[in-house]
Amino acid sequence: MTVVDVVQVSAAWAPLGAALLLVMAAAAAALDGAVAARAEGRPWQQGLGTPWAETARLLRQRRRTTVAADRLLWRIAVAGLLVTALLKVLVIPLGGWTLADLSVGLVWFNAMDVVVWALVWLAGWGPNSAHSLVGGYRFLGQALSYELPLMFALTAPAVAAASLRPADIVAAQSELWFVVWMPVAFGVFVAAVLGFSFWGPLGTPAGTDIAGGVLAETSGIDRWLVLAGRWALLTAGAAFGVTLFLGGGAGPLLPGWLWVLAKTGLLLAALVLLRRRVPALRPDRIAATAWLVVLPLVLLQVLVVSVVVLGRG
Amino acid sequence: MTLQTVLLVAAALFSVGLYGAISQQVVVMVMMGLELMLNGVVLAAVGFWWFLSPAPEGQVLVLVVITAMTVEMAMGFAVATLLHRSRNADMTDMAADLSR
Amino acid sequence: MTGDIVFWVLAALAVAAGVAVFSVNSMARATYALAISFVAVGLTLLLFDLQFLGVITVLMMVMEMAIMAIYMIMFMGMNPALMPMSMKHGKGAAMTIAVGTFLVLAAGALFVPWPARRGTPAPDLTVALGEAIMESKMLVMMTVSPVLFATIVAALVLAAPSGRYDRLGDDLRRRSAPARQPEGADR
Repeated sequence: MTVVDVVQVSAAWAPLGAALLLVMAAAAAALDGAVAARAEGRPWQQGLGTPWAETARLLRQRRRTTVAADRLLWRIAVAGLLVTALLKVLVIPLGGWTLADLSVGLVWFNAMDVVVWALVWLAGWGPNSAHSLVGGYRFLGQALSYELPLMFALTAPAVAAASLRPADIVAAQSELWFVVWMPVAFGVFVAAVLGFSFWGPLGTPAGTDIAGGVLAETSGIDRWLVLAGRWALLTAGAAFGVTLFLGGGAGPLLPGWLWVLAKTGLLLAALVLLRRRVPALRPDRIAATAWLVVLPLVLLQVLVVSVVVLGRG
Repeated sequence: MTLQTVLLVAAALFSVGLYGAISQQVVVMVMMGLELMLNGVVLAAVGFWWFLSPAPEGQVLVLVVITAMTVEMAMGFAVATLLHRSRNADMTDMAADLSR
Repeated sequence: MTGDIVFWVLAALAVAAGVAVFSVNSMARATYALAISFVAVGLTLLLFDLQFLGVITVLMMVMEMAIMAIYMIMFMGMNPALMPMSMKHGKGAAMTIAVGTFLVLAAGALFVPWPARRGTPAPDLTVALGEAIMESKMLVMMTVSPVLFATIVAALVLAAPSGRYDRLGDDLRRRSAPARQPEGADR
């Protein structure tokens, strides 16, 4: 396997990157629709159209308003999720190209997923509705659980590659993918992806038990933006997981960019299929496990990685 | 972008923060004022570092200021929570007797 | 030139957001105005090639403000969008002191004959920072870590429910002590 040097392409390619992200997000949503249709006993092909039907429905829907809503903050939050997902994929190398060759790309990704904290809480606060606000608080509650393990999980590949630059981290995996010797960090990362996309088992901030939580009062284009933002965050998380742990564009025969997309698609599909296998996890219950079990484990992982790196010299 | 302009902006941030820290009554708002002051300090420290002596060690100062902010926030919230729980107070004036 | 324009835009944003913190009458808006001020300063650091410190400032401060907002709502327990309020004391004096401080600092910034620049920045400042805290300035970091640890312990002692202060009152003289809530992973 050869290590491809990553070049930064001009900003004019950004719309293509955004389009790729949205296409993958839509594909994930279609897969989820198909799985849902099958679970309901309908033929799974019927579910493939779910994202498009939902888009068509939401784009024609009238906007719902609530009394004394903080409209400015609400709009920022609703639009911000998708923007944050786009900002996350900026630093991901797609084979030989990247939109922003940031020397601290890893920290940038982390900073962007902290921005999600603010946005989801604001999405809960904005409409001045109790259910939404409960959803916002639930998100911050679970964020406190997943964020610190996530930070240390991100540290492990950075230590092994001796760099915070995503391209260097990909290059450092040319011999052995990091997932092989950092399984704990990979697992924590995947869990955190579910966490910051508030989706699947960690989707209680938008849970049906609180009438949709942060989604409760959204309608029309607002709801579409939040849902698309969630799928895009999940996709961006999967793509970054591929970069950090699954060797990025490394693979036989096919060009690097196609491998990145293929691996991202596989990881994303696994996450989508996981959703119906795992029960929803209450934010207050996962806190103790996250801090008392997961955090020490991931610290141990970082220690192992550090020792291996030192041992290699 | 010169040292003077950076310092002016930092001074403006610091003064706005100072105004908030003195005038606000709610404990959390006072902390926001302190944070804003430290924000100005970060900017000034970086300005000094970049324009006067960009030695590698200078950046450590900024890390220390960020740490100071963290400590301030954690202790501030802890004290505010304790005050709120033990006497249902959220105003600095309500806790004035603690200085006696 | 572009750098100058970006700097002024970010500087104006930082100061305007800072002023907004104490002039808007919504807790959420005040908190997130402060977050914007920090983000603007964090992005300004990128202009000085301080990529790591700039991004880490954004990361830390957005996180802090997200938590700060919770405390704001928790302690003020109302929606100021419905109830505009002004919670200030000694407004005039505070304004005088703040303006005075600004004038002194500004005069210092403008009139002190600053020395010429010594040395040049390292090619990779993130590496330089890492080497600084692991070599010549290691003592700083070794001091910071126990300080942070002490902060965690102290904050928990003060704020934890059914802790010492909660059970015995703020002068530690209350007699009865309510039972601890079950906590931990095995509850």
